[in-house]
Amino acid sequence: MSEILTYILGGISIATALLVVFSKNPVHSVLYLILTFFSIAGQYILLNAQFLFIVQVIVYSGAIMVLFLFVLMLLNLNKDTEPQKENMFKLMGVVAGGLLLVSIVGMLKGIGHINLPENPDSQIGMVKNLGLVLFSDYVVPFELSSILFLSGMVGAVLIGKKESTDIN
Amino acid sequence: MEVELIFKISLVIVMFAISLGIAAYATYGERKFAAWFQDRMGPSNAGPWGLLQPLADGGKMFFKEDFIPAASEKFLFILAPCIAMLTALMTSAVIPWTTDVVVMGQILSVQVADLDIGILYVLGFVSIGVYGIMIGGWSSNNKYSLMGAVRASSQMISYELAMGLSLLAIIIMTGSLGLREIVDGQTGSFLGFLPNWNVFKQPLGFLLFLICAFAETNRAPFDLPECETELVGGYHTEYSSMKLGFFLFAEYINMFISSAVIATVYFGGYHFPYLNRMISDPNMLAAAGFAVFFAKIFFFIFLYMWVRWTLPRFRYDQLMHLGWKTLIPIAVLNLLLTGAVMILKDYI
Repeated sequence: MSEILTYILGGISIATALLVVFSKNPVHSVLYLILTFFSIAGQYILLNAQFLFIVQVIVYSGAIMVLFLFVLMLLNLNKDTEPQKENMFKLMGVVAGGLLLVSIVGMLKGIGHINLPENPDSQIGMVKNLGLVLFSDYVVPFELSSILFLSGMVGAVLIGKKESTDIN
Repeated sequence: MEVELIFKISLVIVMFAISLGIAAYATYGERKFAAWFQDRMGPSNAGPWGLLQPLADGGKMFFKEDFIPAASEKFLFILAPCIAMLTALMTSAVIPWTTDVVVMGQILSVQVADLDIGILYVLGFVSIGVYGIMIGGWSSNNKYSLMGAVRASSQMISYELAMGLSLLAIIIMTGSLGLREIVDGQTGSFLGFLPNWNVFKQPLGFLLFLICAFAETNRAPFDLPECETELVGGYHTEYSSMKLGFFLFAEYINMFISSAVIATVYFGGYHFPYLNRMISDPNMLAAAGFAVFFAKIFFFIFLYMWVRWTLPRFRYDQLMHLGWKTLIPIAVLNLLLTGAVMILKDYI
């Protein structure tokens, strides 16, 4: 049952990811990207990683994609206003995409050598277990990244404060 | 197992019906209270005291012409109200409605899903709800709709931060994300005479959460996405018939769910002082807890309406000002204070 669901979700991920690239309309691309993120969130649920699921939904499908959509809606891009890219940019895109392809092929090459645990712990994705791991084994990177996020938030408030102080 | 499955399925159906019923009668309540505040009669013709008014409104919505603008994105235009309604109805799944009941010798919890992530689920699906508004506003191909959609999204992002930060203080205190644990951590008494509700321990956090809840549900004084004076009708300017009805209905369901979340997180949910000492039968206790919980929910729905008909709408820059420069710093301060108290508590 869950194997079938995995394949269905994987199929949806790939199909919507392709549609992101091939859609003419940028807003449609973003909407397909939201679907891609949701199907990845579904994979997390199948792995019983509830916390990762909800973080994926809140952060990627929620906050980040809302920002993307917000910007694209404001710009109101369409076929007529799309600038023709120079050949240099096209070349750069080809190189960057080729590098991504190389790294994906490299990953696939190593797939046979992964040692999966015999009896994986199905409860590892629960909030409590994840929290214990984060605050014991990975406490330094965790604290550093939380400081980074807090400084990002404070930065946003500061940028807002800088402009015209006479409005209230 | 079978009893539990049947019980959960019937709970889903009952909660679905209650959500829709409360949303329908919240529209009636809104109009009656508005009339009361403005010294008018309110709806009074359909049925006794106008009680059949929601049915009449619903019927009217169905029979109105369903108009789709020619220049709109047809599929997305139809999808948008569906998303708004779906996400509004999904959020109630993790709310614990009352204490455990005993059915045919089995102890069953009156909660559709006691998820490990509890309160995060609510936050997540509330933030997904804004897609209904954004897609609806954009696909209408109307500048007023688009402005409403853009306002809704920026408002959502701005107030989500302060909301999450004020909830974090509660999570630090309870030590769990599960809504049932948060409710059950509020039994007993605080300082000897107050019920042990989080609102007394986190008055600042409660105020922040309440303001953010008003903003997230797009209710007055934060209803800028549908500001009539500037944007005709806001994001649903181009909508008519039951599609418009879905948008309006989703707003009332969101109001109901957010009232339930406020009651759960800050007002002890289904707990009431001395209730579990007076009633010993578990099913009677569950019924009493359910009544108490809904009394609290109705109070907050009333509060939403009270505020709407009392305060004027914020200006857009004031809204952003309040969210970023006032609420977030206060929320961070509240979080720091809560953390400090929780650490110092162990040393006293």
